[in-house]
Amino acid sequence: MGFYFAQFLTGLANASSLFLIASGLSIIFGVTRIVNFAHGSLYMLGAYFAYTLITTLDAGGFGFWTGVILAALIVAVIGAVIEILVLRRIYRAPELFQLVATFGVLLIIQDVTLAIWGAEDLLGPRAPGLSRAVRIFGEPIPEYDIALIIIGPVVLGLIWLLFSRTRWGVLVRAATQDREMVGALGVNQRWLFTSAFMVGAFLAGLGGALQVPRESVSLLMDLSIIGEAFVVVVIGGMGSVTGAFVAAVIISVLNAFGVLVFPQISLVLPFLVMAVVLIVRPYGLFGTAASAHGPPTVPEAPMKPMSIAGIAVVAAAVALVALLPRLDDGFILVLMIDVLIAMLFAASLHFLMGVGGMVSFGHAAYFGLGAYAAALAVKALGLPMLAAMAFGPLVAALGAMIFGWFCVRLSGVYLAMLTLAAAQILWGVTFQWQSVTGGDDGILGVWPARWASSKPAFFYLALVLSVAGLVLIRHLAHSPFGYVLRGGRDSPIRTEAIGIDLRAHQWLGFILAGAFAGLAGVLFAFSKGSVFPDALSIGQSIDGLIMVLLGGVQALIGPIFGASAFVLLEDYISRLDYWRAILGGVILVIVLAAPNGIAGGLSGLWQLVRGGRKTGERA
Amino acid sequence: MSVLSVSNLSKSFGGVDAVRDVSFALGAAEFLALIGPNGAGKTTCFNMLNGYIRPDRGSVTLEGVELVGRKPRAVWRMGVGRTFQITQTFPSMTVRENVQMALISHHRRTLNMTRRATRLYAEEADTLLARVGMAEEAARPCAELAYGDLKRLELAIALAHRPKVLLMDEPTAGMAPSERIALMALTGEIIKSEGVSVLFTEHDMDVVFTHAHRILVLNRGTLIAEGTGPEIRANPMVQEVYLGGGTVFKGEANDA
Ligand SMILES: Nc1ncnc2c1ncn2[C@@H]1O[C@H](COP(=O)(O)OP(=O)(O)O)[C@@H](O)[C@H]1O
Ligand SMILES: [Mg+2]
Repeated sequence: MGFYFAQFLTGLANASSLFLIASGLSIIFGVTRIVNFAHGSLYMLGAYFAYTLITTLDAGGFGFWTGVILAALIVAVIGAVIEILVLRRIYRAPELFQLVATFGVLLIIQDVTLAIWGAEDLLGPRAPGLSRAVRIFGEPIPEYDIALIIIGPVVLGLIWLLFSRTRWGVLVRAATQDREMVGALGVNQRWLFTSAFMVGAFLAGLGGALQVPRESVSLLMDLSIIGEAFVVVVIGGMGSVTGAFVAAVIISVLNAFGVLVFPQISLVLPFLVMAVVLIVRPYGLFGTAASAHGPPTVPEAPMKPMSIAGIAVVAAAVALVALLPRLDDGFILVLMIDVLIAMLFAASLHFLMGVGGMVSFGHAAYFGLGAYAAALAVKALGLPMLAAMAFGPLVAALGAMIFGWFCVRLSGVYLAMLTLAAAQILWGVTFQWQSVTGGDDGILGVWPARWASSKPAFFYLALVLSVAGLVLIRHLAHSPFGYVLRGGRDSPIRTEAIGIDLRAHQWLGFILAGAFAGLAGVLFAFSKGSVFPDALSIGQSIDGLIMVLLGGVQALIGPIFGASAFVLLEDYISRLDYWRAILGGVILVIVLAAPNGIAGGLSGLWQLVRGGRKTGERA
Repeated sequence: MSVLSVSNLSKSFGGVDAVRDVSFALGAAEFLALIGPNGAGKTTCFNMLNGYIRPDRGSVTLEGVELVGRKPRAVWRMGVGRTFQITQTFPSMTVRENVQMALISHHRRTLNMTRRATRLYAEEADTLLARVGMAEEAARPCAELAYGDLKRLELAIALAHRPKVLLMDEPTAGMAPSERIALMALTGEIIKSEGVSVLFTEHDMDVVFTHAHRILVLNRGTLIAEGTGPEIRANPMVQEVYLGGGTVFKGEANDA
């Protein structure tokens, strides 16, 4: 009995930290409609600043709590800087831009933190006066945990007071419900958004600072918390602080007990809970329909079939690439294979997002499924390479069929979050299921058949399959089915009103996108000779998003440019120190300066060359 | 004989009755107007007729077949087309492609993955566009259209399935008076040539009295009058609702 109660209290203590970060995320989303990927970074910064302040300031209760509050305040100021420099410019951009931009911020903060505090984990002091344990029902409970259990509801109460008793709070709530209305009231939106972001950043910083006595401060804190924070915000309903509190408690307590039954569950459980909640309540526990969508976007120009000249250029490009093995059979060829795989992966994601309007934050799930399925087909089932290559996309399609069934029931940010949840669940499973997937050690020795084992041979195989995939995807986009998906993206109401079962079509689109991603994954597995859980990590999903964004969302040709640029860029800068910060900087420059991506930029140039024909046409 | 029969249709939102016990019938090839002040429940009625909102009570039958409980897409398949008060089109497609989409669905080719969508039913689409006077606009991006043109495009889309019943929610809102009369005259012609029955809402009383065969008046969710133009004009209840004159309707036409 006492043990279970202790476990329950541990859950509540965890809930408090989770609530602090999630409430900030939720407030920021509510007001600005931005899903702030860098929120985990603010949490991490809070911990680092608190560590420095606490260890510098004199020890003792006063020093500790002053340090915590100061750290949170510093983070709030950093939040304001980020808001003013970056976010303010992208409030009207599509969700994808915002997500990728905040991911760029995350990368930069990682490297800045690394530069300032170094790579070593830092072990902070215990909280003075709260360093012991009290016995409750005979079980030792850390005093600091009890303090946290109290702090959570106190902060909730303070936020509630702020929201209900101040004009600022009223405005924040109004903006959460209806942003246009706030504009109509003549309120200074800029100030409102900046201040809301500061409050969110403060809460994240506070959450991080309060973690110092509980866990070592490390560079992994940002990504380790962000997934769970997203889950909490989504379960609670985006924009709802009360929802964030309830969800944080549910997740943390379930986790505290879940690990007793099945120790590996903690990686998967939050995402499972989220999936269940979203299926029952598509806008989360306390969310409303209005909160699901970002700002409306500018409609793209009608699609045009490729001109004869365009086809000639593409054919020439493919022919040129096909000559590559004559020039070099080493490093460049390997890089080129990476590019081809990335193109296919990015194109499959673009089909889902650009054509179908279903923004996925977890497309790596199907890339990884394809890769693992092929690897297992070879290693466990003993299938020959070609059979494994067919098996991979099939398994990926099956996965997309299962997860897609749930995902297409949602839209906007919620859909994106559910795709992320799906990917995290799969990642957790591959990571934990040692006996089948090899866990962290991955699966090694996934080599191509003998006839394809030389680099040039495999290069041609990858070239044929990627180009075939790209052509098929393009063909699909122009087919009646592709038009239905575009129609659903433009106006779901109109699509249904002309007799179309949109969900069924979206589901099929999701499955097809999954299959193509799976094919990319298969090629990846054979080209590397191994698969690791990384293949379905958040990082891989984000890479795909960056490629789509780099290329330009509103052009079918975009992913091809985007993937090439990304792979070459990454290959080059990953050899540099602080490559994350450089990549982050590049991302920000593109989002802020060239929001239509490379394809958009090229078509803009093309139009300039042709003498300023009507705007809006595209490559 | 009536094509569409509505009986005791009711819907409340959070305890407030938006539509209460509305019953009426739409005859074959009839041009029936549903009028009433803003917030009277006209759009809610339309939404119940074609499946966007499930009524709390009541029934809607199309040639004797119950429509309540069916999804909008099923209602469309059965022959009820719809245009929206806030137009719903595909802005990232051309005008012609918008109509082609409806035709692709009409011919049940939405799952086709081999053909090029823009090559399917292009002539049929152009015929429909010509029917609503938009042949010239066929190749333009839909996003560039003026509001009145969007309304006409919606009409062409609705005609693609050769509907038995057409529901038009404020089809002339945002149009110049001459355009309104032209669109209504066009709709009248379509009714004659195609035998389709039309139920429409409209704020411009001139338009209503000139074109509608019969008029229903909705106020705060209930039908308060039903009859021909002169009957409605003479009805004291209607006059009271509109503060004694058709001119008051004009002021409301803008805040659709
Ligand atoms: N989805 C909804 N939720 C709550 N109230 C609604 C909803 N749709 C309509 N209403 C209310 O029902 C009433 C009728 O609205 P509506 O049918 O749009 O009127 P009309 O089209 O005649 O102007 C109004 O009071 C409106 O506020
Ligand atoms: Mg209306």
